[in-house]
Amino acid sequence: MKADPSGVLTGMHFLDGDHAACEGALAAGCRFVAGYPITPSTEVVERFASRIPMVGGVFIQMEDEIASSIAVLGGAWGGKKVMTVTSGPGLSLMMEHIGLAAITETPVVIVDVQRGGPSTGLPTLPAQADMMQVKWGSHGDYEIIALSPASPQECFDLMIRAFNLAETWRVPVFFMMDEVIGHMTERVDIPPADRIDVVERRWTTKKPGEYRPYAAGPDGVPDMVKAGDGHRIHITGLTHDERGYPAMNPAAQDKLVRRLTDKIRKNREALADIREDGVEDADVVVVSFGITSRVAAAAVDSARAAGLKVGHMRLVVVWPFPEHRIAQMAPRVKAFVVPELNLGQIALEVERAAAGRARTVRIGHAGGTVHEPEQILAGIREAAG
Amino acid sequence: MGRTEIRIGGLGGQGVILSGMIVGKAASIFAGRHATLIQAFGPEARGSACSAQVTVADAPIGYPYVKNPDVLVVLSRDAYAQFAPSLKPDGMLLYEEEMVSLADHPLPPGVKAYGIPATRFAEELGRRLVLSMVMVGFVAGVTRLLTVDAFEKAVVDSVPRGTEDLNLRAFRKGYEFGTGCVPV
Repeated sequence: MKADPSGVLTGMHFLDGDHAACEGALAAGCRFVAGYPITPSTEVVERFASRIPMVGGVFIQMEDEIASSIAVLGGAWGGKKVMTVTSGPGLSLMMEHIGLAAITETPVVIVDVQRGGPSTGLPTLPAQADMMQVKWGSHGDYEIIALSPASPQECFDLMIRAFNLAETWRVPVFFMMDEVIGHMTERVDIPPADRIDVVERRWTTKKPGEYRPYAAGPDGVPDMVKAGDGHRIHITGLTHDERGYPAMNPAAQDKLVRRLTDKIRKNREALADIREDGVEDADVVVVSFGITSRVAAAAVDSARAAGLKVGHMRLVVVWPFPEHRIAQMAPRVKAFVVPELNLGQIALEVERAAAGRARTVRIGHAGGTVHEPEQILAGIREAAG
Repeated sequence: MGRTEIRIGGLGGQGVILSGMIVGKAASIFAGRHATLIQAFGPEARGSACSAQVTVADAPIGYPYVKNPDVLVVLSRDAYAQFAPSLKPDGMLLYEEEMVSLADHPLPPGVKAYGIPATRFAEELGRRLVLSMVMVGFVAGVTRLLTVDAFEKAVVDSVPRGTEDLNLRAFRKGYEFGTGCVPV
């Protein structure tokens, strides 16, 4: 279906990433946000709070991030498309409810405008060091999806996709911005509503009594109901059967947890979004995401000017990790170079997928600013050997 | 004119970020070019060091930071002290001449410096707040980076409703002073 025009600010704007992300959420149909404002993500909710009265929806400034993350799950079961917005310290507090969202298969978008950590770290300065936390932060086995925008325009465009993925797969979808992308201002083109495709919730067509809330279709995803529509259902964080009732035995656990992970893992290739540039005959491939991809592109240009055969892969979808693509390329490249604003997170995934068939050169950076292109260039030279 | 890097430095409350916003908006929305604005400011709302980095280019902008600006615009002594050494040789310095003394620090070789009493002009127009518009006009007049029309549209699009006329007058004051310094 097409976007609701009331949420779409069609036109050409000069916006920072935080504001563009908010407009993306409104265009996607998000009508409930609960959050606890935190630098450098504050402008997302500030704008949402000022825009939502005109659009029709609710923003609640909660007492903390624990409350924010449970309020949005409630909002989703109340029938709304929902989002919460935070940065590292808040994300740490949300972990319990991220697990609850995973096991209850609640569609939710969680925006993390990353700043330097651990703890309160660097409130106003960038990092990309929450990448493993969003993948593994809550206990138990589950899968999530994570997108990594590299410009305000992508904060708008990819946010719509984040909501669509959350509704399609019923998993928490993480929108992994960083302080630079959040506060960087560029032109953002917002198309008319009739040119924006949005995915409606998978409402059941079954009648009360026939509907089983956790009976999944062939794609591994069950349909949902809205509170107040006549269905009596039970939603729990305990391991449950297709009826949604607790079923705490190894068989039910195996069935549920395999489905929660398989619905994403088996669709890894379909979910992948990799922007490749000159990888076909490359000796060295730079793998990057988010703001770092813009710095990496500058380094790749310099390396090519110096005669090196360098390719660039930018991961727009970071989780699920596109290990199939790394595995395909590993036998024919000398090395992967992985610059990131952390001391080695996605580089570990590249290493794992390359499985010893190509070297992985890590270009870690503790955060606080972005790499110098020269640092990445030095890594490319080392990898080209 | 493929890529022009501009840094604007001053104090919180002087309109530094708004100035960067207007240059970026003029370029990317009203002149069909690309622009990226990066801002840096301290935790205080007013009075702390504050700077904007604007890159204007014909192609999409990758690396977004301005390290060695082609054009440096300074509204405070501290900003001049901090950023003057980073100015590109043969670059342009535009400064608030009653706030900044060039004698304080040497400039890189070949730099052309242009001063303007922007705060005084703003006061003469009735509101000291519009000093940033005087400065944006001065940038437009001295650099000729974009058309006056693109700048004026960006000014009107960026200032609070009801203040367009005052802000445009301030912009034009700075623009005329700028073109006077660098005749066409």
